Amino acid sequence: MLYPDTVEAEVLVHKPWFVVTMFAVILAIFLAFNLTGTTMGELMRPVIGDPLQSGLYGRFAVAFVVAVIFSLNVVLIGFAPLKIQIAIVWFELLLLFLAFFETFHLSLPFIWEKLPFLITQGAVTTLYVSAISIVIASVIAILGAVAKLSTNGFAYAIASFYTSFFRGLPLLMQVYLIYLGLPQLGFVIDAVPAGILALSLCYGAYMTEIFRSGIQSIDRGQWEASRSIGFGFGITMRRIILPQALPVIIPPTGNQFISMLKDSSLVSVIGVWELMFLARTLGQKSFQHMEMLISTALIYWIMSICLELIQSRIERHYARSKVR
Amino acid sequence: MSMDLIIEAKDVAKWYGAFQVLKDINLTVRKGERIVVCGPSGSGKSTLIRCFNRLEAHQKGEITVNGITLHDRMRNVAEVRKNVGMVFQHFNLFPHMTVLMNCMVGPMWIKGASAVEAKKIALRFLERVRIPEQANKYPVQLSGGQQQRVAIARSLCMEPAVMLFDEPTSALDPEMVSEVLDTMTSLARDGMTMVCVTHEMGFARAVADRVIFMNSGQIVEEGNPEAFFTNPQHDRTKLFLSQILKH
Ligand SMILES: Nc1ncnc2c1ncn2[C@@H]1O[C@H](COP(=O)(O)OP(=O)(O)O)[C@@H](O)[C@H]1O
Ligand SMILES: [Mg+2]
Repeated sequence: MLYPDTVEAEVLVHKPWFVVTMFAVILAIFLAFNLTGTTMGELMRPVIGDPLQSGLYGRFAVAFVVAVIFSLNVVLIGFAPLKIQIAIVWFELLLLFLAFFETFHLSLPFIWEKLPFLITQGAVTTLYVSAISIVIASVIAILGAVAKLSTNGFAYAIASFYTSFFRGLPLLMQVYLIYLGLPQLGFVIDAVPAGILALSLCYGAYMTEIFRSGIQSIDRGQWEASRSIGFGFGITMRRIILPQALPVIIPPTGNQFISMLKDSSLVSVIGVWELMFLARTLGQKSFQHMEMLISTALIYWIMSICLELIQSRIERHYARSKVR
Repeated sequence: MSMDLIIEAKDVAKWYGAFQVLKDINLTVRKGERIVVCGPSGSGKSTLIRCFNRLEAHQKGEITVNGITLHDRMRNVAEVRKNVGMVFQHFNLFPHMTVLMNCMVGPMWIKGASAVEAKKIALRFLERVRIPEQANKYPVQLSGGQQQRVAIARSLCMEPAVMLFDEPTSALDPEMVSEVLDTMTSLARDGMTMVCVTHEMGFARAVADRVIFMNSGQIVEEGNPEAFFTNPQHDRTKLFLSQILKH
């Protein structure tokens, strides 16, 4: 939470000028579009008569009602405590979203029919590919960070070459290079391991930087104290430095994990049957692309929400040891 | 070399790039001796004592600590360090561990003590610095003086042959200085070998066997505290003493 520099007792959304401005803006926006032909107009039939014949009056009436409902909604939410405000706004935005999808006239039976396969095959593959990759990437990142902080020229050179290369190439290209390029060298590699390798190497490069800055954020006095007790590099790193660096490292690593979950869709190009691959192929036969795309989008979203929740849990866990 | 020499420095020199921090340092510390090192800021006091446990490497001369000669190719730095306790200006306690754990990790991870043994050792030395009741708190929950005493206990848990102090009271609020000095004084009474960088002249008078004055990387003057304070030989020492004793 930000620190407010003044104590503001009045709620913004209850200030008259704000309410009036909001009302005027909404009214103006909805006047600009003629909504009499939509569901809105249909609902207003008792007041404006036949929507299509209602002309300017109908247009104004619809916009007016929308503006009143909107402003009233905002003012009412303003009375609720923060947590409930957040919940209501989330819920309303979600409803708007669903209303938008509704306009595609999706075939629900088709979705229900394909959903189990989408989850058991697609989501599961996506999850395990990302989970394995994030573990390998973390290991690479620790090694890379140590190498980048070392005074050994070879270690530094190799690590910085690695991060530069894998951060500098599009992930899609890395996926192709590994899947199609490695066989050239005599290693025939399956699609799934190739995908995992590409994701691990790419994210390992990004996370190397995260780990390096996390390790560097620890006061050098901690190193000195640890070394002066007689601890070697291994103990110092594992038991003294990393545990303190973790609270710094975890939030951006959580971001990386969420972003990897979605970037794992790129391995669909080499034929791994993960979510994205299924989303594109399942709807193809019956030309029901939208159904599959939207369901897959929701599955991706739900998975990242779960990760966000886990991440904030872990962050709270580490925040506790900082309480004085 | 006689057995009761704990630290012996012969013609030690050290450079940071082109800048020479230590010049021709010759110093011996015998078992049970208490030595106070003072001198103006930047004169190389910290660098000198950090060379004694090889947190810094010297480039010329010879340093022998507890019978082990320090040099670039040595494989047993840890052997030296576990015999040399070090207390820092900013305590440098491990903030993610309780006070007790801070004291237990040395015996456990270096000497292979079991958790039960380590806890016994830790509590013994926390009692020695008179804060056993804080054992289960985290360092941030303690005052500066208490933290510094925990840092002393943490070093003592390794039962070192010599303790090095680098301005242990200069980061403390004035009312906390004396509790730390009392702890150090009682350590000295018990015969601990100590090298203290400090500007606490009362402590130096009461405890030190020898006071060493450094200026721009050199030991300028060395003597027993009485002679050092009442009859300093060098102009630089006189100036320094007049500056810190003025108030
Ligand atoms: N890592 C370093 N690199 C370069 N110069 C340093 C470094 N550490 C200390 N110095 C310099 O060495 C001199 C002695 O430092 P130090 O031993 O900390 O002095 P003191 O503890 O007596 O105040 C100072 O001039 C300081 O600027
Ligand atoms: Mg210093």
